[in-house]
Amino acid sequence: MTAVATTGAAAFLGRYEGLRTRLPGARVAWVEALRDKAADAFRAKGFPTRRMEAWKYTDLAAVTGAAFGEPLTSVDDAPALPPTAHPRAVFVDGRFRPDLSTLDGVALQVESLGAALPRLEGRIGALARPENEPLAALNTMLFEDGLVVEVAAGVAAGTLEILSLAAESERAPAFHPRHLVRLGVGASLTIIETATGPVAARYLHNPVFEIEVAEGARLAHGRLQQEGHEGIFLSTVYARVAAGGTYDNFTLNAGAKLARNEIHVALTGPKAEAHMNGVQMAGDGQHVDTTTSLDHAAPDCSSRQTYKTVLAGRSRGVFQGKIHVHQVAQKTDGYQMNQALLLSPDAEIDSKPQLEIYADDVKCSHGATVGELDADHLFFLRSRGIPEAQAKAMLVEAFLTEAVEAVADEPIRTALEQGVAGWWQRQGVAA
Amino acid sequence: MPAVTETLETVQSVTDSGYKWGFETDIEMEFAPKGLNEDIVRFISAKKNEPAWLLEWRLKAFAMWQKMEEPTWAAVKYPPIDYQDAYYYAAPVQKVKPKSLDEVDPELLRTYAKLGIPLKEQAILAGVEGAGDSPSDSGRMPVAVDAVFDSVSVATSYKERLAKEGIIFCSISEAVQEYPELVKQYLGSVVPQGDNFYAALNSAVFTDGSFVYIPKGVRCPMELSTYFRINAKSTGQFERTLIIADERSHVSYLEGCTAPMRDENQLHAAVVELVALDDATIKYSTVQNWYPGDSEGRGGIYNFVTKRGACRGARSKISWTQVETGSAITWKYPSCILQGDDSVGEFYSVAITNNHQQADTGTKMFHIGKNTRSTIVSKGISAGKGQNTYRGLVKISPKAHGARNFTQCDSLLIGDKCGAHTVPYIENRCMTAKVEHEATTSRIAEDQLFYCRQRGLNEEEAVGMIVNGFAREVLKELPMEFAVEAQKLLAISLEGSVG
Repeated sequence: MTAVATTGAAAFLGRYEGLRTRLPGARVAWVEALRDKAADAFRAKGFPTRRMEAWKYTDLAAVTGAAFGEPLTSVDDAPALPPTAHPRAVFVDGRFRPDLSTLDGVALQVESLGAALPRLEGRIGALARPENEPLAALNTMLFEDGLVVEVAAGVAAGTLEILSLAAESERAPAFHPRHLVRLGVGASLTIIETATGPVAARYLHNPVFEIEVAEGARLAHGRLQQEGHEGIFLSTVYARVAAGGTYDNFTLNAGAKLARNEIHVALTGPKAEAHMNGVQMAGDGQHVDTTTSLDHAAPDCSSRQTYKTVLAGRSRGVFQGKIHVHQVAQKTDGYQMNQALLLSPDAEIDSKPQLEIYADDVKCSHGATVGELDADHLFFLRSRGIPEAQAKAMLVEAFLTEAVEAVADEPIRTALEQGVAGWWQRQGVAA
Repeated sequence: MPAVTETLETVQSVTDSGYKWGFETDIEMEFAPKGLNEDIVRFISAKKNEPAWLLEWRLKAFAMWQKMEEPTWAAVKYPPIDYQDAYYYAAPVQKVKPKSLDEVDPELLRTYAKLGIPLKEQAILAGVEGAGDSPSDSGRMPVAVDAVFDSVSVATSYKERLAKEGIIFCSISEAVQEYPELVKQYLGSVVPQGDNFYAALNSAVFTDGSFVYIPKGVRCPMELSTYFRINAKSTGQFERTLIIADERSHVSYLEGCTAPMRDENQLHAAVVELVALDDATIKYSTVQNWYPGDSEGRGGIYNFVTKRGACRGARSKISWTQVETGSAITWKYPSCILQGDDSVGEFYSVAITNNHQQADTGTKMFHIGKNTRSTIVSKGISAGKGQNTYRGLVKISPKAHGARNFTQCDSLLIGDKCGAHTVPYIENRCMTAKVEHEATTSRIAEDQLFYCRQRGLNEEEAVGMIVNGFAREVLKELPMEFAVEAQKLLAISLEGSVG
């Protein structure tokens, strides 16, 4: 009789063995095969360690050293929800809650993954790579629910909100929602996704998105990661953009004790575009990581990335961004900028932009800067009678706003501006 | 445009193979048995009549190496190396000191001539009695040369002139005998034995290299230079260079490297350690032109080198300049440890990969002292099926207040089968530090080419000129004579890559 592992990869593998016959799609052959394959990959590699190049700067000890429970199967209480002007899908601990969602009359098909799974063969798992990304393997092995969003060809579907809440509980739940977004030819959609949770609750939120943008379609994907202080957010987004399509991702990475925002975008048809922007804000005790990987796999594509990180207290920020230009991708135009502002002597930033280029007729560049608030700027404001704390707050906000301004989509920009505003004051630290 | 004209002449004069240093010198050599084990390490140490502490040091390195794994993280591909299938000691047989050039092994002289070493210096290098004492060629700035042939240093010139200033410039084997205290104090203090796989291998089996000590307050009156030459078949070259610049001293050091053309791959795993004390400056320039292999990627040198400088003193400065045109594979990251307050590190690099060459090169700047500054300028040129990677690290420790780094990496692609990659790492733990990095990748613009063609240059000339312009920021950091050589090399290395 061997002891049951309560922490680390073994605990999650044990849970999979226990749940294997009860998970959604358990008796559907292709789902079983998909999960088993992912479990094999996860068993072989386990959680990423810092010896893996992609995880050089982010340590998952907070995940591997802790015990997590299963989310409660039914939540009776209805948590207070912020008001919204848009149709909204609500998840609590990774489970879709139709009772809390308001999806009537939307111009798109929205379904819970748990229900839709059997008809999604070839779609779920089309983009995720459990063999490369251990967290995608963990998600594939254990996902129970998620959102399936499909927009028919030519439809302008407006704005959809996805709200993911963690419930107040002592169970330290781990949940792994799997979301699927598919836009037909020429369709358009804006998604505003918010992830949040109670201040003191411990939980692990490990969502995976698989996003398909067809020819000429346009998806604006705004993400506000505002998890609770003890939450852990490990998210992986996979997007594939066909000819003439656009994927616009903006991530506000602000909450959680440990947050990883990993985005893989492939531009697979000519003239496809990707815009990936974001701001990361970390205060005392936080670790925020944004890792992007952009595949230019077709000619005449363009990509723009701007990421800003501000760090206060004892915090750590990570940015890793790779642009891979394949040999066929002639006339690629790729640009990436990442900038970090250190507001505390105890903060650390690690930055690794990366170009991998196999085509010659390309224009690719990246830039990175790291520094503190500019003394001249501060002096300029103070000399005009603005108190130091306020002057600093203005400069921090101005620094972040530069990235937010790049967002073309109005509802997303508004949400982001609200997320950024007043962050520095809330830190309550004198740097 | 004299430089360009010269470049073109050189291009036209090279053989079909494009590598004019591909000759082999047939001189009598002494080898240690093939393979690598503790006995070989002992053999090398005994051959060099080394003190017991150095043998112990080597054996410790060998023990470490045996437990280490060959690194695989670099973006280079090559078949596994059989470390037992090489000679770790090869030396030209020592003869009695010749009286004049006529008595010197003519093959050795021919080698020097082909390497472009002036006759006067040939005599000094060949060890002709009295040759080192007379003044040098009229009006020309003398260059003191140490020539390293396979495993051993064969000769060093201008020793006496340098000795008048108190400067020590000799082979490291000689330094072990003559200045054991200095060697013992500094050897391995910048690159420890167990630093990495190749450094450990080098520490165990290094056979020679140059040793330089510049005393306090002395500005070295001439350029110091080493020619490295791999000659014998199936040998590896493991040289070890140690340069110490004492307080307020200044030295400029150059190295050049060539090797014969062969179908087999040969390993070159050198270690270079630099130490700069208070207010000292070391300028280290390399023109690396090891045999790159033929156009099908057969043969060529594996250049796996560890170079590191420690700016130990306040206001000290170490500047690396490298022009990397040769080698089948280059794995090299000349680095600076900026310990002293206000110390400065610089890295200027041009790396060309043509045909099947692969280069993974860059630098590491460790900012430890206050107000330390570093500049990185890297120019990568990829042609044919070449793969060129810049990989660099800028690390700022929490106490490096006011540290400053600027990095610029530009890549130029010529042809659609090559690759250019940029992998910078920035790790900053100090709020008051400022780090900037920028990188671009592009190809030679049509309008630039058109402009040159319109003025009567053919395509190859135009490309040579544009590439020289692209690399100018780095080339201007080289000492004059090397800069001219380097320009020619750039053009030759790119031969056949256009059209």
